[in-house]
Amino acid sequence: MFDFALNNAWLIPLLPALAFGIITLFTKKMIKLSASISIGAILISFVLSVILGIELIGQGDTFLEHPYKAVVTWFSMPGLSIEVGTLIDNISVMMLLVVTFITSLVQIYSLGYMRGDPGLARFFAYVSLFAASMLGLVIAPNLLIMFVFWELVGLCSYLLIGFWYGKISASAAAKKAFITCRAGDFGLLLGIILLQINFGTLDLQQLSVMIPNFTQYTGLTAVGLTVIAIILFLGPMAKSGQFPFHVWLPDAMEGPTPVSALIHAATMVVAGVYLVGRILTLFITLPSALLFVAIIGAFTALFAATIAITQTEMKKILAYSTISQLGYMMLALGAASLTASMFHLMTHAFFKALLFLGAGCVLHAMHNEASIWKYGGLRKYMPVTYWTFLIGCLAIAGIFPFAGFFSKDLIMEVTFAASSLSGHAHGPFPVAYTVLFLMAALTAFLTAFYMFRMFFICFHGELRSKEVQPHEAPKVMTVPLIILGIFSIISGWVGWPGLGEGQAFGYFVRLGEFQVMEANWLLIILSTLLALFGIGLAALFYWKKSFSPQAVIERVPFLYKLSYNKYYIDEFYLWIIHNIIDKCGWLLWKFDIYVIDGIVNGFGKMAQWGGAVMRKVQTGQLQHYALIFFMGIVLMLLLLSFTGVHSPAIGLMGGAK
Amino acid sequence: MIDIFMDKFLTIGLEHFLILSGTLFFIGLFAVLAKKNVIAVLMGIEIMFTSVNINLIAFNRYTAAEALLTGHVFAIFVIALAAAEVAVGLALIISIYRQRTSTDVQDFDWLKW
Repeated sequence: MFDFALNNAWLIPLLPALAFGIITLFTKKMIKLSASISIGAILISFVLSVILGIELIGQGDTFLEHPYKAVVTWFSMPGLSIEVGTLIDNISVMMLLVVTFITSLVQIYSLGYMRGDPGLARFFAYVSLFAASMLGLVIAPNLLIMFVFWELVGLCSYLLIGFWYGKISASAAAKKAFITCRAGDFGLLLGIILLQINFGTLDLQQLSVMIPNFTQYTGLTAVGLTVIAIILFLGPMAKSGQFPFHVWLPDAMEGPTPVSALIHAATMVVAGVYLVGRILTLFITLPSALLFVAIIGAFTALFAATIAITQTEMKKILAYSTISQLGYMMLALGAASLTASMFHLMTHAFFKALLFLGAGCVLHAMHNEASIWKYGGLRKYMPVTYWTFLIGCLAIAGIFPFAGFFSKDLIMEVTFAASSLSGHAHGPFPVAYTVLFLMAALTAFLTAFYMFRMFFICFHGELRSKEVQPHEAPKVMTVPLIILGIFSIISGWVGWPGLGEGQAFGYFVRLGEFQVMEANWLLIILSTLLALFGIGLAALFYWKKSFSPQAVIERVPFLYKLSYNKYYIDEFYLWIIHNIIDKCGWLLWKFDIYVIDGIVNGFGKMAQWGGAVMRKVQTGQLQHYALIFFMGIVLMLLLLSFTGVHSPAIGLMGGAK
Repeated sequence: MIDIFMDKFLTIGLEHFLILSGTLFFIGLFAVLAKKNVIAVLMGIEIMFTSVNINLIAFNRYTAAEALLTGHVFAIFVIALAAAEVAVGLALIISIYRQRTSTDVQDFDWLKW
């Protein structure tokens, strides 16, 4: 059974891809059949992943040391050989489990959420393709294949965000997502090409062996390789919504809510984190590149959190929280810890999917009213959503014993270990990591605050909107919520401090030696206090109403406006596009019509002018032509008689025998 | 002495024919290049043909006697062709004259446009 799953791991992405093909080609008209095909395919993929997962856990770290690789050569030429196939190790199997699990639940949930939508078959087709691309990316054995699936993921996000293409905002958001990601993908492709040129291979395993000793294999200096790493990192930055490429993620909320859940939890955005995790060796070899990753991560985490505290739409708040949490994952990678980032990726997938699906239930009940200020008191109307949403909020805020607590604590711990606060940091930049650690701690507080701000506004108090009568969502939507709720609690327990070999998450998913994680009580108390402080503050403001948030806003109107308008980043980009890019385009246009076209037209003019001059020679007078003809013959005869037949002049005229 | 003179100048040889044909050729050429009337130009061409024919026959007679009448036959062909050519030429001239009421060759420059 296990051997079958291992040898046929390629089936895992193929089945959803097949579902996509079947639905688009044959069953588009039959909505129920299409949904069944799609859900069936992803469920089989899920079962295969579970079989792999169970066996891999049984085998300990065998597959970490010796990944299973099955490849065939796609094409090769001297210096370049590209293989397609599967690379199965603990990290990819963990991702397979997360992706198939979340996608299955989201698809089942969509049955309820998207009920009655005329494009349901198309929806399931796209979601299947989305899952297939992500699964293909996860098990890709080399960077080029990864890049192919990476682009497919981008395409699917475009299709799904713009699913309701009749809405102008939706199609604009889809284009924005695609174009922003393309901007980063340019860097990724460039980085991949540079790696291929310098190392002669794109194979992940070979690269991870070669990169630590890059001076042996290439003529690169550390600075040169750092530049390559940072160029390469642009792709993951765009895909994972890191500053300054984060602008597409909040707009991506225009898609159907299950799509948002999918994009934010299991596919798309975590692809960036996963890719960096896959080539983490590259960054660990180069401390500056690693610090760059960490700075981007920590800054994004804090930056997005400060925006989230003033937003008024549920999905927007969740979108910014995703950006913030992705920042955490990048920070963990920047602290050289694959374990911490993958752990947070996994727990985040569960609780973020839960939160989005919960938000979907709320939107469903409120007839797509977006502003949270219209909600309130939903607790009475939709108890299941209320309780599961509470679990999600507690998990993301990092309260013991919910999943987010363990993973976030691990990230804090690895950052702390790299900082000068720990007293035994190994890296060259301990002070920088100290700042990053403080930023991460502040983010933890803000996260708790904005999540519970939203929670209290939505679920407590009185219903503010008078037009709608909220109701609990149907079972097909609440059951996935409950399942995700359970996982949002227990999935963190695999990272319980003190778990040893064969038990701890850090044993199965890691880079380098395994160390039993010790509980750092100082950090645990600090992060719990920060989270509780955030929750408490939110409760005082928005539940008990002891203070008025309006008073705070009036105290610092400037900061409020800055945060509410997302630091005017979108406006700034628009300004750049209008003033710089458009102007450059105008300049180039002028260059084109005056210089390039000028040269081309110049040739035409030259021919015309030449013709006008040469025309004078043609008088049309018969006798002139006869005279010239005769003179020519005379000249030839003269030349012949004075210089002989082999003279150059005669040769010029055609030569003589 | 007188014999040599007689031999050189009074005995008709190839040179005499070539001088004659050269003279005729240049008279014809002058007519072609300088005359304004297009019929005179045509006549010039005819004179040049004649000079060529004299050349052909003279060379046949003096340098390739074994070739019998090759030069003569050649000359007859040239005469025949010249006749045909004159017929076409005169027809053109008459046609042009009817349209343009001119036989001045300098007016005949509209083919360049």
